[in-house]
Amino acid sequence: MMRSILIIGLMLFLQPVSAQDETALVENLKAKLAKVNDYKATGKMKIDVSFINAPASNINVFYKRPNKFRLKKANGISILPKGGVSININSLFVNDNYKAVSAGEKAVNGVSTKAVMLIPMEENSEVVLMTLYIDEKNLLLLKTSITTRESGSYEMDMSYGKFSNWGLPDKVVFSFNTKDYKLPKGLTLEYEKGGKKKEAKIQNKKGSVEISYSNYIINKGVDEKEFASDKL
Amino acid sequence: MWQLIRIELFKIFKKPRTYIAFGAIAAIVFLIQFAFYSDGDEYMAFLLKSVNETFTLEGKLLNGYFICYIILQTLLLHVPLLIALVSGDMIAGEANMGTLRLLASKPVSRTGLILSKFIAATVYTLALLTFMAILSLFGSMLIFGVSDLIVFKTEMFVVLESDDVFWRYIAAYGFAALSMITVSSLAFFLSVFAENSIGPIIGAMSIVLICTILISMDIPFFTEMKPFLFVNHMLNWKGFFDRPVDYAEVLKSALVLIFHIILFVSLTIFVFKRKDILS
Repeated sequence: MMRSILIIGLMLFLQPVSAQDETALVENLKAKLAKVNDYKATGKMKIDVSFINAPASNINVFYKRPNKFRLKKANGISILPKGGVSININSLFVNDNYKAVSAGEKAVNGVSTKAVMLIPMEENSEVVLMTLYIDEKNLLLLKTSITTRESGSYEMDMSYGKFSNWGLPDKVVFSFNTKDYKLPKGLTLEYEKGGKKKEAKIQNKKGSVEISYSNYIINKGVDEKEFASDKL
Repeated sequence: MWQLIRIELFKIFKKPRTYIAFGAIAAIVFLIQFAFYSDGDEYMAFLLKSVNETFTLEGKLLNGYFICYIILQTLLLHVPLLIALVSGDMIAGEANMGTLRLLASKPVSRTGLILSKFIAATVYTLALLTFMAILSLFGSMLIFGVSDLIVFKTEMFVVLESDDVFWRYIAAYGFAALSMITVSSLAFFLSVFAENSIGPIIGAMSIVLICTILISMDIPFFTEMKPFLFVNHMLNWKGFFDRPVDYAEVLKSALVLIFHIILFVSLTIFVFKRKDILS
């Protein structure tokens, strides 16, 4: 009994210290990312969604602090999951009003990370809960899972290369849930091959968008017009 | 033979009804282009309704390639009527005017006569499709510009990069020509039985319409029948807009259509050679 009381007392005593550690870690990461005021990047985007058949395409990406982000395909159509602004990790920390809670340690792609849960304190925040997996040694965000009010839950996996000093990833894999897609046959009038039909698709499958960055031009300024939306 | 074809072509292009088809196609193409120019976003929003819940699509979705696809999809359901209008008249029209007996009394074989009529009807069909291709593809490219093409299917959508689209249209129009020649040969075949062109025109159209309705209905019994309907194979011009293209399936459909063309023309020759021409 005495031992249990002692352990609970110790946990309560240590909790604020731990929260302070997590907050400091997040603040350090934030400070690292804040070195980037803007960037232009080029890369390749691959979409893996059951009902989308699209080729990998060359893209241009533009970012400006605090949360202006645009992904464009030259003379083409770009498809991004809703909440796609979060494909850019620099936009994750726009809001300062959050509480950081430790969620233990976890290995991400063989690298030991510190898991930190961020709970936004604002009542109307779109993000409900965000878990960051931070490589403490290199101060890099390796993975994040985000639960939002409107756009569901999604995950981002990052891998780093020559731009790790800026906290900018070489590759981002954005995973999310998708709903089923169906149009009436009378509208599409498709050719019928015959033979056995495939099994009906399961609702709410997983989809992913992979962006591999080949180059970043950092803090050289980005024209505002790059963020203007195109007509459909 | 060449002389016979020239005479038949002269007869086709001398009739005012021949130009109805060109006028109708021009009107439909311009109307669709105008409709999309003024309010295409609404149509696009409808098609993307379920996609927009999960994704944001950016770029020029309403571009010339997309408009051309919609026109091609719409028109290829209506063009058979315009084709039957001429092909169904090729033999029955002569019978109606009383010139068929005169024609058959000339020193040309009946097979040669039928083949020249069929070739002339085919030239008309190709001219109509070329006219349609120029208006719908080049016209839409001029008005709406070009970008990636999104092809909406029942259970998925395909995105094709803009520099990978033009050749698909050329191939699709080639396939569409085969489809329309099949309809032409059907109307031509029915024409051999009639003394008046209305019968074969309506007959050919009825067959195409009934098959189209069967194709568009998602009922298991009809689904089993679909692979055996030539109208279903006529839709396989869309196969060129798959990624990757299923060439075996497109070739299969093309062969089915060629088989139907040969069958209808052979039957026409067979019947015409044994026909007791009384008018």
